[in-house]
Amino acid sequence: MSSELLELTVAQAVARIAAGEVSRREYAEAWRERAAGDDLNAYLLRTEDGAGEGEGPLGGIPVAVKDIFCTEGVETTAASRILAGYRPPYTATAVRSLREAGAGVLGKTNMDEFAMGSSNENSAFGPVMNPWDRERVPGGSSGGSAAAVGGGLAPCAIGTDTGGSIRQPAALCGIVGLKPTYGAVSRYGMIAFASSLDQCGPLTRDVADAALLLEALQGHDPCDSTSVGIEGGAGGPGREDLKGLRFAVPAELGGDSIEPGVREVFDATLKRIEGLGGEVATAPLPHAEHGISAYYVIAPAEASSNLARYDGVRYGLRAERAGDLLEMYESTRAEGFGDEVKRRIMLGTYALSSGYYEAYYGRAQRVRTKIAADYAAAFEQFDFVVTPTSPSVAFRLGEKTDDPLAMYMSDFFTVPISLAGLPAISIPAGLAEPEGGGPRLPVGFQIAAPAFAERRLLDAAHALEGEIGFDAKPGGDGDG
Amino acid sequence: MIEREQVLHVARLARLRLSEAEVEKMAGELSGILEHVDRIGELDLEEVEPTSHVVALENVLRADEPRPSWPRDVVLEQAPDPAEGAFRVPSPQAE
Amino acid sequence: MAELEAVIGLEIHVQLSTRTKMFCGCALSFGDEPNVHTCPVCLAHPGVLPVPNEEAVRYALRIAAALECEVAPRSIFHRKNYFYPDSPKAYQISQYDIPLASGGRLGEVRIHRAHLEEDAAKTIHLGESGRIHGSGVSLVDFNRGGTPLVEIVTEPDLRCAADAGAWARLLRTTVRQLGVSDVNMEEGSLRVDANVSVRPAGSAELGTKTELKNMNSFRFLERGIEAELARQGELVEAGGTVVQETLHFHPEDGSLTPLRSKEEAHDYRYFPEPDLVPLAPSEAMLREARESLPELPEARMRRYEGELGLSADHAAQLVAEPEAAAYFEAVCEAAGALEPRVVANWVTGELAAALRQADGGGPADSKVEPGALAALVGMVQEKRISHGSGKQVLATLVVDGGDPAEIVEREGLAQISDSGELEAIVAAAIDANPDAAEQVRSGNRKAIGAIVGAVMKETKGRADGGEVNRLIGEKLGL
Repeated sequence: MSSELLELTVAQAVARIAAGEVSRREYAEAWRERAAGDDLNAYLLRTEDGAGEGEGPLGGIPVAVKDIFCTEGVETTAASRILAGYRPPYTATAVRSLREAGAGVLGKTNMDEFAMGSSNENSAFGPVMNPWDRERVPGGSSGGSAAAVGGGLAPCAIGTDTGGSIRQPAALCGIVGLKPTYGAVSRYGMIAFASSLDQCGPLTRDVADAALLLEALQGHDPCDSTSVGIEGGAGGPGREDLKGLRFAVPAELGGDSIEPGVREVFDATLKRIEGLGGEVATAPLPHAEHGISAYYVIAPAEASSNLARYDGVRYGLRAERAGDLLEMYESTRAEGFGDEVKRRIMLGTYALSSGYYEAYYGRAQRVRTKIAADYAAAFEQFDFVVTPTSPSVAFRLGEKTDDPLAMYMSDFFTVPISLAGLPAISIPAGLAEPEGGGPRLPVGFQIAAPAFAERRLLDAAHALEGEIGFDAKPGGDGDG
Repeated sequence: MIEREQVLHVARLARLRLSEAEVEKMAGELSGILEHVDRIGELDLEEVEPTSHVVALENVLRADEPRPSWPRDVVLEQAPDPAEGAFRVPSPQAE
Repeated sequence: MAELEAVIGLEIHVQLSTRTKMFCGCALSFGDEPNVHTCPVCLAHPGVLPVPNEEAVRYALRIAAALECEVAPRSIFHRKNYFYPDSPKAYQISQYDIPLASGGRLGEVRIHRAHLEEDAAKTIHLGESGRIHGSGVSLVDFNRGGTPLVEIVTEPDLRCAADAGAWARLLRTTVRQLGVSDVNMEEGSLRVDANVSVRPAGSAELGTKTELKNMNSFRFLERGIEAELARQGELVEAGGTVVQETLHFHPEDGSLTPLRSKEEAHDYRYFPEPDLVPLAPSEAMLREARESLPELPEARMRRYEGELGLSADHAAQLVAEPEAAAYFEAVCEAAGALEPRVVANWVTGELAAALRQADGGGPADSKVEPGALAALVGMVQEKRISHGSGKQVLATLVVDGGDPAEIVEREGLAQISDSGELEAIVAAAIDANPDAAEQVRSGNRKAIGAIVGAVMKETKGRADGGEVNRLIGEKLGL
């Protein structure tokens, strides 16, 4: 019975619980037990809650919550030593929205420290492992959330996406990950990394579940003046074909940086789109290739400012060593932050510093304008822009940790969309052998849409998902 | 192309203490990243406006209505060194 | 050596008297227990976001209107990044290259810009000597952190310390009338820093300027500027060069010492605040700001001197105290036919003196109703009571309030109008002072004082001085 319960999608579980066929307590208990068996280091903390309270579109659903969302009275660390033991005096709006929809918090998931990373190897509390191969990364920064859902340790999760941190781990773990339009979901209570890029989104087993979660999450929040919600809501996906829809593939796809296996699955998916009645053609997106350069100026710059508040004065770590104020600041931050965080703070501070602002931050924001313009132009002719989500399948733990730039390249396809503030979803499209050989691993297919076109995006993704029929499981031998 | 001196200067601005080894490593890593980033220096961006705001909103304001502040004991609960109802820190050197 | 001229600009911070902070709903407080008006936002907890105070924007627009500034059709907030315990986010949300307002004027001084920002928290230093030096500890109180501020920067149009003081006072009076701030320098709701430099007289180039801080009264402002001008003058005349630095004013002895600046203290790494959207004040908001302006000091001076005929001195006194001006106008209104000039005399003269005697406080706070003063002044003008009696009645009004006519009746202060009665008293006084009378008859008019004095004593001051003089003169055959 219990394992049957765990097979239900969120949409199915909600219906059964509402109909009284499944007990809320039993459902939550089943998931708590599963989560307790976490051998992927996906969870930093598991709660006694989970069942949620009250009725609603997510009534009775336990959600795994990336440890970047503040939960009042419950330890929230952003996977950093500098916030070890920190218990926020308030709860993030996104979490409150889930609770208001009847959901509960199953646990706080592991992540790259302060959301900086693409492999979840930058956590102060140990790396997360990919459920498909424990010697490989789950992706990042929402690695814990993705591994939990992909590894059957949670029915669904929320994460954050700044340059790909929901979509890329979703792709590497064989699940669905959605980054909404910038402004669709409140950022209040989401520990800030890069304010003009961060967005909260769902990680789920299918597109319908993602729509269900997005509907509960989206909306204008008076505590976040950059939030608007999605006019008309997210809707429940409703189409089964792609007739009349036009899909653009960027002309400059960067052939040799994509693993052959990934390329194969991508091309096969394009065929499926045509099979469903969709049109596929190339479109120029000439500035997208500069996305990484622009992103790795803008995001660290904003981060260097957002992370300056971690100074040992009001909460969090304060270095033991006594000394004057300067020493307190410098030691606290040296001890509390990991290497990647320090690297990005340094990069960002440099890019904003006197004499360098125009050359770096100023230029990067202009490149951003160009990228956004490229997408706007593409969307005049097309409904969606599609790419592989990640240039590779899950890579090995430790493989890219010595080469920051190589790590950053994992975000090549996801970053330009973040810079333009657009919504995008990654759905599992098949399995592929990694470069160098080995058991096959999930490949993600990314679909991007115009701002606030989540309804259409989810509709199309749902139809394509149906056609793909991805049913592979970690440790099993499905074909995908 | 990022010199040691520059690394130290930036580390001071960011209030980060770096060991000698870290300074050297950081110089190398940052140089590598900046080399890649510098490619945007080749683009023609003359007539282009920088994106400073992503959402096309204006005038999002809040009514001047007080709402209860957080109780002080909650506020100080997380403080590393609370004293006399305030947050104690080593004195600053200068304004 | 060429003569040097002073070049002075002022940087003013006005703390707004809104109900809540600039970016969160915590109430503003004064003198409360530390950290009782705080929340995750103004304490910069992880994940919080600012939301601007609508009223603060309106107040800022009102200030911009009063200073005749151009309001930017679209202005944005910037982050000013620096580490200090009183800055919880380690950045201050302010405005940088696109401020709310620019290019205005007040009096003889041009306004460069005005913008919105948030105040820092309060750090109480408990070092060994209580001064700001390394070895001690400090306590941080975040109650003040986040209070809305408008920063006003002038062009360097001032040429001496006295002018700077006078202009600062004018600014204070103006902002006070807008009802947007208490503008009290001692309490910190008005802070004025000065940028000071010297140059050869007639030169168009600017010399290196120094910034003076911590002058928390108009007098200290003037003293500080004077001291710095003297220092720079001496330095330049001795062939030295002025170094750009920030100087801290010491109220104990009027001296200025350089603040030890950290090398990177000034790299604020400004960038546009991504958590806040731009301000684009609507035509309606701008109109509301303009229409909300009361009669401002310059216009009021013109009206008082020009239309109402007040002396420059009295006009200036009233204009400088908006509550006194309002009181003055209320008296004029009640007085009807009385000349405003006469009313002004009484308000700035007799009434002010009487209030000082009583124990201070302005006319508006006193027990002297405008109608009562108007009646009293009328009685004196109509010679129904003497000026001296008038002062007596006023003293009573100040202490007890009430109706002047009643007081006159009660204390029997009505002027002696029966000339027969007065004549008899005058005759008696002449008889009682034969020497004085003789002196007057022989040409020493001053001696009349003794006789006048005797009459006044007898009448308990209820005789009209002019009439008494006339009668004495008549009787002595002058």
